[in-house]
Amino acid sequence: MFTILAKRELAKDINEYVIDAPLVAKNAKPGQFIILIVEEGGERVPFTICDMNKVLGTVTILVQTVGATTAKLAKLNAGDTIASFVGPLGNPTDLSGYKKVMLVGGGIGGAVIYPQAKLLHKAGIAPVTVMGARNKDLLIYENEMRTYSSRFYPMTDDGSYGDKGFVTNKVKKLLDTEDFDVILAVGPMPMMEAVTNVARDNPVKVIVSMNSVMVDGTGMCGCCRVTVGGETKYACVDGPEFDGKLIDFAEARTRASFYKEFETEEDCKIRGPRKK
Amino acid sequence: MAIKKRNKPSELNPNVRNKNFEEVTRVFTAEMAVNEADRCLQCKAKPCVKGCPVGIDIPGFIAKIKQSDFDGAADVISEANLLPSICGRVCPQETQCEALCVLNKMGEPIAIGALEKFIGDYKLARGTKVEPIKKIGRRVAVVGSGPAGLTCAADLAREGFEVTIFEAFQRPGGVLTYGIPEFRLPKRVVQNEIKMLKELGVVIKCNVVVGKTILLDELLEEYNAVFIGTGAGLPSFQGIPGENLPGVYSANEYLTRVNLMEARKEGSATPVYRGKKVVVVGAGNVAMDSARTAMRMGADEVSIVYRRSRKEMPARLEEIHHAEEEGIKMLLLTNPVQVLGEKKVEGIRCIKMELGEPDDRGRARPIEIPGSEFDIECDQLIMAIGTSPNPLLPQATPDLEITKRGIIVTDENGLTSIPNVYAGGDAATGAATVILAMSAGRKAAKAIKESLL
Ligand SMILES: Cc1cc2nc3c(=O)[nH]c(=O)nc-3n(C[C@H](O)[C@H](O)[C@H](O)COP(=O)(O)OP(=O)(O)OC[C@H]3O[C@@H](n4cnc5c(N)ncnc54)[C@H](O)[C@@H]3O)c2cc1C
Ligand SMILES: Cc1cc2nc3c(=O)[nH]c(=O)nc-3n(C[C@H](O)[C@H](O)[C@H](O)COP(=O)(O)OP(=O)(O)OC[C@H]3O[C@@H](n4cnc5c(N)ncnc54)[C@H](O)[C@@H]3O)c2cc1C
Ligand code: SF4
Ligand code: SF4
Ligand code: FES
Repeated sequence: MFTILAKRELAKDINEYVIDAPLVAKNAKPGQFIILIVEEGGERVPFTICDMNKVLGTVTILVQTVGATTAKLAKLNAGDTIASFVGPLGNPTDLSGYKKVMLVGGGIGGAVIYPQAKLLHKAGIAPVTVMGARNKDLLIYENEMRTYSSRFYPMTDDGSYGDKGFVTNKVKKLLDTEDFDVILAVGPMPMMEAVTNVARDNPVKVIVSMNSVMVDGTGMCGCCRVTVGGETKYACVDGPEFDGKLIDFAEARTRASFYKEFETEEDCKIRGPRKK
Repeated sequence: MAIKKRNKPSELNPNVRNKNFEEVTRVFTAEMAVNEADRCLQCKAKPCVKGCPVGIDIPGFIAKIKQSDFDGAADVISEANLLPSICGRVCPQETQCEALCVLNKMGEPIAIGALEKFIGDYKLARGTKVEPIKKIGRRVAVVGSGPAGLTCAADLAREGFEVTIFEAFQRPGGVLTYGIPEFRLPKRVVQNEIKMLKELGVVIKCNVVVGKTILLDELLEEYNAVFIGTGAGLPSFQGIPGENLPGVYSANEYLTRVNLMEARKEGSATPVYRGKKVVVVGAGNVAMDSARTAMRMGADEVSIVYRRSRKEMPARLEEIHHAEEEGIKMLLLTNPVQVLGEKKVEGIRCIKMELGEPDDRGRARPIEIPGSEFDIECDQLIMAIGTSPNPLLPQATPDLEITKRGIIVTDENGLTSIPNVYAGGDAATGAATVILAMSAGRKAAKAIKESLL
């Protein structure tokens, strides 16, 4: 059992949880993730490690409520427990060797790369950050990102804050006028694909964090496989971060939507008729 | 002397059982067990024992059954085998103990596996009283809770070691829990064995991935020795076009979702696709388990595709027999060359094979027959063509020597390239059997005991 020490609602359907998990916190690094089970017998779902405190033994995650398991989690509060919390899984972000870094975050993805921004800032190479969300309210961890970035560009789909439009508009403008060594893009799959495409003809390296569907997160099921440069890789152990320009996004898209497609069918083939 | 016929435990009707997850083969009644024991000739040379990888005194325990001394029989078995309820169910008896029974020459061998299962279940139902064990102040960490880890832990705990098992999954048992399905190995049997272990004082910490959550070096700071029993969980794929289409599962993913994650149950939180026309590639136990599971998950048609012939199928005879009874088709001398489909798997292109010269393991090498391609329609494809040891722990532990195929290198006692670190089971051999994993765990426990006392 793992205790939720604190919970904060950051926006509608986005919650921040601080979990008591000293073992996970001890070896966790930015870019890695955990897999949790809300209650005994429940689904295993992955979330990026957004922050960790090795002294207090805590791990922070940000969760967007999208389906059954995240809805169950949203009902819990500080003091409640969850059944499993395993990690850190996957490989940490590796930005060593890059001097000029652009961070691109979409939705919750903008927030979970805040430890990377902090690290870069500390190393004296504060990143240029582009952060996008549907509207102002969904732009989370803005202050943190602003603090650790050399320049900060918020973008909203509806223009309620910052520039109106998608992050790719800004990324393109930046690439047209400046040279970057690397872009780290984290967010929904379509956004990461779009950022990669905008940068395709530019020599800049693009790193994306693949949020494939997962089960174990240790390399034993193959459910999270992605094709990178023509080779099959497992997002959970070989990733989650990969060279965006080498990823077969078309395949990744079909794989990500597999369960979605069937979950919305009326006579749900996957779970059987849904119990109301 | 007339040889009596072999007693057969009753089995569920194939057309009923292929729609549920109840155990297919029932356990002997006491009367049947005694009758079967009565057939044993108590051979002085004990040929059957040579077929058992852990050397159970088979005539010895059978003699006790014959006298209806079931507790006595259990004692004989427990000298060599910790998990009789499990081995009796899943050992490939027809190539091991029963293969060497003299009765093969005159009829059918003694049902050694079924007798062992009977005694194991008898003992489990009764429960064992654990005598308090004097702690000796030595600590051992066991990584992985499959049969290798469980056995090593139990043997050491009995000697007074303080043992902690670290398991990556949320539940212990390894393949016994996530892989082998309920209808072949009821999970209550596995849970009972684990309960016994806890009574011995073994601590089981789930949700810990050694190499990620804790490094091996960190374990060595806290424990006098470490045993690695991480299994061979990395699934192989064929590397053919279309294999990453949705609807193509590794057997590991499919069975884990259905067994450990309980997708077989109505209203389960974990989704799994329930195919109507399912193809399973491979012909080992894993393939049979996948095919029979798919049938129970509501498929109209399930076929096994295998590139060699029936004779080479590596599965237990009983599983092949049960699979066929349950309506699973066998497409032999057939090999997939491409997975077909747009958004998800819609079929599979296969090529016919013929058998050529034997390979280095003595099995006939399958050769493609040019121009013999044909397509099979399916909406789900399960790849059960083998697994290899998971590289996660070795990758995090550069000093741990492994072979090119990822197998942890050990000496005959299970000692690895790192002092005080032992390994055994599938992680140190490649995918093998429950009984071999068990005996490796036992061997390492003995070596650990000798080195630490
Ligand atoms: C490495 C990794 C890191 C992640 N980090 C975060 C994070 O920090 N915060 C966060 O909110 N989410 C994160 N996700 C996504 C998160 O795991 C899914 O949102 C979650 O599994 C949905 O579970 P559910 O049961 O609530 O929804 P479900 O009922 O399972 O599904 C709801 C919808 O989400 C889709 N979905 C399911 N799993 C995924 C997935 N892995 N990726 C994309 N879509 C999915 C389904 O197709 C469906 O449309 C991450 C995923 C991965 C693989
Ligand atoms: C579907 C299926 C059917 C089978 N049928 C039979 C049969 O009928 N008869 C037979 O004899 N054999 C059968 N086998 C083979 C048999 O199950 C294995 O040989 C045996 O389980 C190996 O035991 P093990 O202890 O080495 O590893 P496993 O049983 O694989 O257990 C390893 C455990 O270690 C855990 N682990 C892995 N890495 C880590 C880590 N880094 N940190 C913490 N924990 C970790 C895993 O989660 C797992 O629980 C079957 C296998 C499968 C998959
Ligand atoms: S452990 Fe396996 S091989 Fe040995 S006697 Fe029992 S069933 Fe036979
Ligand atoms: S070989 Fe067969 S008959 Fe002889 S002792 Fe063994 S089990 Fe009994
Ligand atoms: S999640 Fe199972 S292999 Fe990656």
